[in-house]
Amino acid sequence: MEKETCTFSYCQRPEITEVDTDFLIIGGGMAGAGAAYEAARWATPKGLKVTLVDKAAMDRSGAVAMGLSAINTYIGENKVEDYVRYVRADLMGIIREDLVYDLGRHVDNSVHMFEEWGLPIWKKGADGWSRDGFQARDEGIPSLKDGGTPCRSGKWQIMINGESYKVIVAEAGKAALEYNRKATGQAQNLFERVFITRLVRDANDPKRMAGAIGFSVRENKVYLFKAKAILIACGGAVNVFRPRSTKEGMGRAWYPVWNSGSGYYLGMTAGAEMTMMENRFVPARFKDGYGPVGAWFLFFKAKATNALGEDYCAKDTPEFKDAVQRYGKWAEALGTAIRNHLMMQTMKQGKGPVLMNTHIAMQELAKQMDAKRFKHLEAEAWEDFLDMCIGQAGLWAANNVEPDKVPSEIMPTEPYLLGSHAGCAGFWVSGPGDIPGAPAEWFWGYNRMGTVPGLFFAGDVVGASGHKFSSGSHAEGRIAAKAAIAFILDNPGYTPTIGEDINALAAEMYLPFEIYEKYKTYSTDPKVNPYYIKPDMYQARLMKIADEYFGGIGTWYMTSKTMIEEGLKKLQLLKEDANKLAASNLHELLRCWENYHRTLALEAHARHILFREESRYPGYYYRGDFDFVDDNNWRCFVNSVYDPATDTFTIKKVPYVQIIPD
Amino acid sequence: MPSFVITEKCDGCKAQDKTACQYICPNDLMTLDREKMKAYNQEPEQCWECYNCVKICPQQAIEVRGYADFCPLGASVIPMRGQDAIMWTIKFRNGAIKRFKFPIRTTPEGYWKAENIYEGLPEPDYSKIKGPGFFNYEARKE
Repeated sequence: MEKETCTFSYCQRPEITEVDTDFLIIGGGMAGAGAAYEAARWATPKGLKVTLVDKAAMDRSGAVAMGLSAINTYIGENKVEDYVRYVRADLMGIIREDLVYDLGRHVDNSVHMFEEWGLPIWKKGADGWSRDGFQARDEGIPSLKDGGTPCRSGKWQIMINGESYKVIVAEAGKAALEYNRKATGQAQNLFERVFITRLVRDANDPKRMAGAIGFSVRENKVYLFKAKAILIACGGAVNVFRPRSTKEGMGRAWYPVWNSGSGYYLGMTAGAEMTMMENRFVPARFKDGYGPVGAWFLFFKAKATNALGEDYCAKDTPEFKDAVQRYGKWAEALGTAIRNHLMMQTMKQGKGPVLMNTHIAMQELAKQMDAKRFKHLEAEAWEDFLDMCIGQAGLWAANNVEPDKVPSEIMPTEPYLLGSHAGCAGFWVSGPGDIPGAPAEWFWGYNRMGTVPGLFFAGDVVGASGHKFSSGSHAEGRIAAKAAIAFILDNPGYTPTIGEDINALAAEMYLPFEIYEKYKTYSTDPKVNPYYIKPDMYQARLMKIADEYFGGIGTWYMTSKTMIEEGLKKLQLLKEDANKLAASNLHELLRCWENYHRTLALEAHARHILFREESRYPGYYYRGDFDFVDDNNWRCFVNSVYDPATDTFTIKKVPYVQIIPD
Repeated sequence: MPSFVITEKCDGCKAQDKTACQYICPNDLMTLDREKMKAYNQEPEQCWECYNCVKICPQQAIEVRGYADFCPLGASVIPMRGQDAIMWTIKFRNGAIKRFKFPIRTTPEGYWKAENIYEGLPEPDYSKIKGPGFFNYEARKE
């Protein structure tokens, strides 16, 4: 097929605006907001400029846009070492312990700042009962920093009134950016509704990125940012696998549907090394609404059973014994993946639906309290949804479900790629360098810097370091930002020089417009046209390949060498057809580029699964040809580098090093 | 559950350059039909139902209708977001109603500005820029 190019013969040429900065933050979610807060403090006295670019409005961007009902990482009275042990066990034994330890020793300060900025945090009253953020304040219960006791839902989780969590954290981040803007005399340093499509090479140093290029989703404008250090703080990848609901319900993804794998694409095409891209997360959630189960399990002590009332995770079942035989000691720990695995076993035996027995938990709790307290408890249960998954509240209401009267179905979702929740797919970054026992080669000068000099990562895109959640992502943004400012100060002689043809980059960016304008009148309905593919159809094809060949819901998460190889052939044809993506407006141009990004993230995922000849994450995916955990050969990292010039991956094993003893 | 706009209530935020819902939607879904001067959700199958358009609409013109894939009709979940708290009204399909009110923040909206964001906090110590800790915090030691 003929390759399409954009010469602006059919579509309008965009205006190109250049922005000079020192430190560029891509993404305004929790990690990006944290980075802005820390960076502005270190950068401003030195006259360094900090700029943040977000594809949405920072007040409500990223994974916390809706709100949250809990902060899942708060160390508090616990030990950082135990946090490392918990993350390691849940991620089947393979994490960068230096990164996780480093996160654990910093994260509490971000939580304390959230409370200072105005986030209401639940506290324990003198009587042992919970108080919401206002009750705690009105009773004079001290803040966490000053010794107040949080309401723990689990060992690491604390409950919050988090409807405005992101608004509050963004407000602090934006204030920090403004502090920097005023002092350094920039016209503008927060760019909302600008979508970064890729990083741009430096003219003098082929290893370095001199900036990033993107387009406004509001006007016919391209932005070129030049920077001395760049932080990628984008979210993971959602809607890469075909979801269980494929029409309107496609949007009701568990993770935010706007996380399009952009962070993966940006780092990969810059040549940054990745790690553990075979990892994925398949959460078990309330069916269809994908409402959170954590508070139900941990706070309300609800139990999940199959439809026969059996505890499908009980350790005396043949299924559990089989899991231990196949997956070893990691199965015995009953982490998230193994609980999923056991749920799938019971469902495949026809013993579904699997039920969360909310009614039994609520009835038990009702025995321990008076009517007023119970009313408060009921509100707490609903707030869990209303803060972070409002649709689930709507779904219960539409089905007349009252959780204190009837159980609700739970089910494993489609797979997601991410590095901050209970997953660890992302980039290989430098550790802090001061953790005893960490190998010397895990530190190359700047914490959270990737293998490309001056390119930093935080949040969902840092690999082998999951269970950071919202607070940890914020803290990691701060860690990375501080190191990035140190990097800039250490390299005063560096001036970013764009080493690529800007007009060619703009043409590449606007290609979907050119194609659409060129061919749109060929057919009577512009939706169906043999010369191009619209982004929604492209995405459907991507998700179908992922689902059917790379272990999605369609095969009960099962794949193998032969399946992946076949899928990769189909993916190659799709990648060729990406050259025919067409956009009729800026919104569709955004969707086109999000899908280029998703495609490469998915390919990395498939190639990593192919390389790792075992089933490290049963319950998330299975290699049918290697359906076991093989610690002797595979308790190691799998790292890869993508070469955009040849469109090829180089993949290798990297030895595991355990720092914290069992 | 995609958001939808009630024709009678939407005024297209006519006094402003863009609508409130267009400004806030994290997924670039809300857009304005300039002929009708009414907003609408241009891609309902990509709606996460985060309710940010519902919460921000000055006319209370936006609501959410359950995802057609799986959600029976007849229920609604309506927020009223105030300065420091949010009120929710949940209407069940069978007509039952539940109301809840939750805190949302303990500081006034817009409290944090360039002028006070670092107020009372330590200056950065550049001798520690390559070590652990933040400008205002020593990392935990155990």
